[in-house]
Amino acid sequence: MTVPAPGLVPLTLTVNGDEVARMVPPRTTLADFLRAELELTATHVGCEMGACGACLVLLDGVPVHACLVFAVQAEGQKVETVEGLVARGALARLQAAFHERNALQCGFCTPGMLVNAYALLERGDVPDREEIRDALSGNYCRCTGYEAIVDAIETAARAAQEESVG
Amino acid sequence: MNAPLAFDRPGRPSPEGAEHAPASGRHVGAPLPRPNAKRLLAGRGAYVSDLKLPRMLHAAFVRAPFAHARIVRIGLDAARAAPGVVLVATGEDLAKLCTPWVGTLDHFKGMKSAPQLPLPLERVTWSGQAVVAVVAESRAAAEDAAELVEVGYEELPVLADLDTALAPDAPRIAPGFADNICFRSVVETGEVDDAFAAAAHVVEADMAFGRHTGVTLEPRALIADFDASERRLTVHHATQTPFQFQDLYARHYGLPEARVRVVAPDVGGSFGIKLHVYHEDMAVIGLSMLAGRPVKYVADRLEAFVSDIHARDHRVRARAALDANGRLIAIAAEDETAIGPFSTYPRTSAVEGNQVIRLIGAPYRLDAYRGDLKVVFQNKTQTSQYRAVGHPIACAVTEHLMDRAAARLGLDPFDIRARNLIPDDAYPCASATGYRFEKLSHEACLARLKGLMDYDRLRAEQAELRARGVHRGIGIAAFVEITNPTPAFYGVGGARISAQDGAVIAITPSGEVRCTISVTEQGQGTEAIIGQIVADYLGVPQEVVRVITGDTETTPHGGATWACRGAGIGGETALQAAKKLKANVLKVAAAILQAQPGDLDLVDGQVVAASGGAARLSLAEVARIAFFRSDTLPPGTDAQLTVAHHFAPSGYPFAFTNGIHGCHVEVDAETGLVKILRHFVVEDCGRIINPLLVDEQVRGGVVQGLGAAFFEECRYDGNGQLLNGSLADYLVPMACEMPDIAIAHMETPTKDTELGAKGCGEAGTAAASAAALNAVNDALAPLGAVLTQIPMTPARILTALGAF
Repeated sequence: MTVPAPGLVPLTLTVNGDEVARMVPPRTTLADFLRAELELTATHVGCEMGACGACLVLLDGVPVHACLVFAVQAEGQKVETVEGLVARGALARLQAAFHERNALQCGFCTPGMLVNAYALLERGDVPDREEIRDALSGNYCRCTGYEAIVDAIETAARAAQEESVG
Repeated sequence: MNAPLAFDRPGRPSPEGAEHAPASGRHVGAPLPRPNAKRLLAGRGAYVSDLKLPRMLHAAFVRAPFAHARIVRIGLDAARAAPGVVLVATGEDLAKLCTPWVGTLDHFKGMKSAPQLPLPLERVTWSGQAVVAVVAESRAAAEDAAELVEVGYEELPVLADLDTALAPDAPRIAPGFADNICFRSVVETGEVDDAFAAAAHVVEADMAFGRHTGVTLEPRALIADFDASERRLTVHHATQTPFQFQDLYARHYGLPEARVRVVAPDVGGSFGIKLHVYHEDMAVIGLSMLAGRPVKYVADRLEAFVSDIHARDHRVRARAALDANGRLIAIAAEDETAIGPFSTYPRTSAVEGNQVIRLIGAPYRLDAYRGDLKVVFQNKTQTSQYRAVGHPIACAVTEHLMDRAAARLGLDPFDIRARNLIPDDAYPCASATGYRFEKLSHEACLARLKGLMDYDRLRAEQAELRARGVHRGIGIAAFVEITNPTPAFYGVGGARISAQDGAVIAITPSGEVRCTISVTEQGQGTEAIIGQIVADYLGVPQEVVRVITGDTETTPHGGATWACRGAGIGGETALQAAKKLKANVLKVAAAILQAQPGDLDLVDGQVVAASGGAARLSLAEVARIAFFRSDTLPPGTDAQLTVAHHFAPSGYPFAFTNGIHGCHVEVDAETGLVKILRHFVVEDCGRIINPLLVDEQVRGGVVQGLGAAFFEECRYDGNGQLLNGSLADYLVPMACEMPDIAIAHMETPTKDTELGAKGCGEAGTAAASAAALNAVNDALAPLGAVLTQIPMTPARILTALGAF
């Protein structure tokens, strides 16, 4: 049996605010497309089965596992990765809080954590620690033990609230 | 049900809230965030899996479907003809380039292991073993072609459990072996049998510790780039130990060491996983030589589960003898540990068992001890050193026996430990197994833990809740940790693994500082602490210190980061180098100022008067003159603004640390589910360089120990097939199941170094599972159930409760 070379299909989508048009093999995942084709390597691949959360990106504003989405499924949609969120300053409070609290060690899970934390904080309130832990239930971190991450997200949420109140 | 009550979440102590001894300068001892974390937070990490080189190819491997089989036929034609394929290689192809390796150490007498090659020639010996390599223009093309490789197998008998392998008539793991025992060791001190015969109380337990694995979030990754024109090899390798691999790649592929460069950029977690020789990794070197182009291999998660080293997998039968007053007299333990089909190279698969039998009972006074170890081959994935090597098993065995003894004698767990821990004024002394302790602080840690846990309140609450049918448990576990190893660890066994480290520190022409050092960074904060040490001992702000690690071409040779040696050995190396450089700076400054070096000091980047502190000259000005206007220096001025320093520990063979954990759990007796309410750690890693980083190392370590206690297990069937080799099936601890962790410190610096630091990386993992086991058993005690196996799955808890 031989495997035919997969045909390419056109794909147009918006990534971090820029319109991107490429020909892609239909089997390419969004994670592989972002990493290999667009060199947006902050989106990491840890399990390729939606279990670890390292590949989370925003698809039309909602966190999705880029390893479980084919690139062609994002046709016409808006993808935002950590690179884009950082560039527009959307993660500044989270970045500062993670840094101050040392809420990362090897950093491989961090982009997925930041994407998920960003979506959680977009709700606009200050989630309690149980809610934060629950929200992170699909983000695997082998280094930190999670507590510092929970602390950092809580701190960033409070900072955001104080700023909006102030 | 069983939601935590409000008082389960008392105010959390701040990381800097613990007792830290004063330190010189403003950096060492301060909870400073890691400078290099900002890059990772900006999405600018550069892991090997992210790297792309020009003309880079990708490797995929055909893997064995059987745990033990003879290879009878390999058909490669279809794969070679597949689109994008550049090269298909077998064991024979790579054996022409790479010499075999044997995973034994000389000081482990009688140890045996079969020679290994990148890919097998005749037999596969575990399910998932790489058999054929396919190299193509993309990973997808390589994987497609790998599916076209045809391998014919003839199945052979499988050694899939200890009893099968130890049976006298068992098939042998390798031709010519007399048995399936890789290594046997007996440690014996005192009159063990007499002690048991005379004991007022003997407690015993048969215990089992599941096989688990590291699950680094970034799987193993490397890019080998062989340049035939200069016979030069560059390997971008996600590893802890670049120099070890430089040596191995050079020797096994016949290349001059100086032409092999190993670069370890950002590494996505390691924990001992990424310092062993893996067959695919060795193969990739040869594949690059054969292809004449860079070849990348990143293990995917399914491959990681069957090829990353596994760890633990011990069966221990242990007993303890006590006198009528609850004084521990003797311990005897037999450990049988199941490894892979050979011993891992170059650190072997015997160190874990060896540490188990030598660490059992280590926190306590003992008159007599016997530890008997059998390291047994299996047709399973290889095992070797993973975080806290041997410690969790030794700790759980010891501490389970202590709790059994306490129950037998009607003593509180704190009380029986207080009666038996080595007193804080007894040092220096040695363990019953011969480990020499410089100074430990068990009694102080025990007392501190009692306060930290608010133990009496927890006991009162437990009694109250028991009356309402809520089963809470409290467990504690004391430990001793091995850190700062001398050559006694590997060097004496013939392994070319350095126990020393090297640093080069230079003043740049702008008066900034560049430190290249052989210890490496995997996120624990190595670069940060080295920067803090250099800043204080040289006398500059940390912001001007650039620390460079992880490249054999640019840093001095050294052991790098494992066995908790980064701070203790790497830190002392940096300290001594910084002091040497400071002396040189002051000599030049004195020449410029026509002063005596002894009358000057360097503080915060300024040369100042040693007495009074008046500013005399900036370091930048010293550098400017030394580099650009040496003509203005007095004749004979020796401006050495770059220094090199190597340091190897030479006092005690290891700098032991100690500590104690507490675990508070609630067990649902209906479902077998355990809620971990809170975990507590008091530890003593000597002088603390950065309390923020130490605490986070400890927390991360605790969670890995809790993973082993409750979730993680590589489950095999009788045919040696791994049943749960994916992240959907193998459970790792996640945020929602993990507790907040309270940490406090004692500081007993080692006097073997000026810095006084010992390691802290294993402290969390060493005792967490033992404390959890004791806590669950404490919760189940009124129900008459005892667990002696981890992970403590709901099914095992329900079984212990007699539910089925």
